[in-house]
Parts: sequence; C-alpha cells; structure tokens
Amino acid sequence: MAPLTHYLVLSSIMFAIGVWGVLRNRNALIIFMCIELMLNAANLSLMAFSSYLKDYTGQVLVFMVMAVAAAEVAVGLAIIISIFRHKESVNVDNVNVMKW
Amino acid sequence: MMAMVIFYILAAVMVVSGLMVVTRKNAIVAALFLVVAMTALAGLFVQLGSLFVAALQIIVYAGAVMVLFLFVIMLLNLKKDEFGFDSRLFQRLFGAIIGALILIQLWLIATGYFPQKGPQPIDPEFGDAALLSKKLFIQFLYPFEIVSVLLLAAIIGAVIMAGKKSEE
Repeated sequence: MAPLTHYLVLSSIMFAIGVWGVLRNRNALIIFMCIELMLNAANLSLMAFSSYLKDYTGQVLVFMVMAVAAAEVAVGLAIIISIFRHKESVNVDNVNVMKW
Repeated sequence: MMAMVIFYILAAVMVVSGLMVVTRKNAIVAALFLVVAMTALAGLFVQLGSLFVAALQIIVYAGAVMVLFLFVIMLLNLKKDEFGFDSRLFQRLFGAIIGALILIQLWLIATGYFPQKGPQPIDPEFGDAALLSKKLFIQFLYPFEIVSVLLLAAIIGAVIMAGKKSEE
C-alpha cells in the first residue's frame, strides 16, 4: 500500500475539487455531483485510516456515509424535480426567493 | 513498487475525472465522469484491503446512485441552452480561490499532522466481510438500525416530494 499521507493528500485534492465545483457551477445537478465527490473524498480518508490503524470502525463509518449519501441523493433529486416543475429550470440562480 | 504504480494510476484517473465533473457543462457527461471517479475509488479501496466496501462502492455509488442521477437528468430533458449556465466571473474566481485555500489547508493537515506511516504490506486478515459485519451488527447495531429508519424516511420523503400532485 502507498504511504498513509498519499491517501490523505489525494482525499484533500478530491475534497477541494468538490468545493470548487459547488461554488463554480450553477446547474443544481452538477452541484449535487460535486457534493458526492466530497463525500467520496471523506470516505477515502476514513478507509485509509481504517486500513492503517487495522480498525474496522472506519469501514463501518464508510458504510454509514454511503447510506446517508443514498438517502441524500433520493431526497435531493426529488427536490430538484419539484423545483423544475415550478420554475422550468435547474439553475440555482433562479431559486432565490429565500435569498437575503 | 507495483502497488505504488497502481495507486498513482488510480489517483490520476480519479483527479482528472473529478476535474471533468466540475468543468463539463453537460450534466450527462459530468455524471459519466463521476462514475469513472467512483470506480477508481473502488480500486483504491481494493488496494487498501477491503473488498467488501469496494464492492459496496461499485454497487451503491457507481450503480444505484448514478443510475438515479442519469434517470433524473434524462427525465428533466433539459434543452441545449439550459445545460450551460454562465456563472458570473466573480463566482468562478471566488470558487477557485476558496477551493485553493481549502486544498492548501487540508494538504498541510494531511502531511504535517498525522504520523508518517510508510508503505505497508496488505494484511490478508484485514478487510474480511465477516469481521466487518461482526463490528457492524454488534458494536454498531443501534446506529445501523437508525440508518435503516433514515433510509425509510428518505424513500417516503422522495415519493411525497417528487410524486405528482393530485388535483385539489
């Protein structure tokens, strides 16, 4: 296996790419995909720690994160569909009623 | 040595496809690149010695979640001009700056904070699905049950929100 630091650095690169994508894109679907990227980056560092510490707790956490991500995708896509029904658009700039 | 080469190949595939997810305007192309990134991540999980979680990654993420994504993208049937929204210049600039700052911070934490552990041989005992399930169903039984309730709530919520409104 590669050194632990390599996995952590790869994980931080993926997390930063996800943050960049959320801030840069206006398409709600792509913003969602970038959130998935960030969750995956967190999973990678959990797995790396789990593997190097020989402790299964990290894997259990990855399992939980996957379940929460699946739930989040189901609810989030339902929200996007209902926004699209009202606005005929998935551009998040059009959803600014609650904006201060 | 071989493990390092495989790690770097998988890492490069993952970073490049992550960048493609962020920069493509077409949501379907972005979703397909996300599948590539998640499959590469499953390869990294295999390298870390946990075959069970790697299989879950493929089935749950690259399979179920991405099918849901593609299904919704095609269901919405966006027109060509609705794919690429022009984000304003300051948004792009802001996003790049914040992303770079977070990258620097996380990089410093990752390289400086944790003990430097060199390459280790893969422990064949580790990553066994039976041992993982023992941990999951004994020590973490209560969180596991809560997760199942969460999934049920998510299913009901998704059906209620996305379901067709009945005529009032």
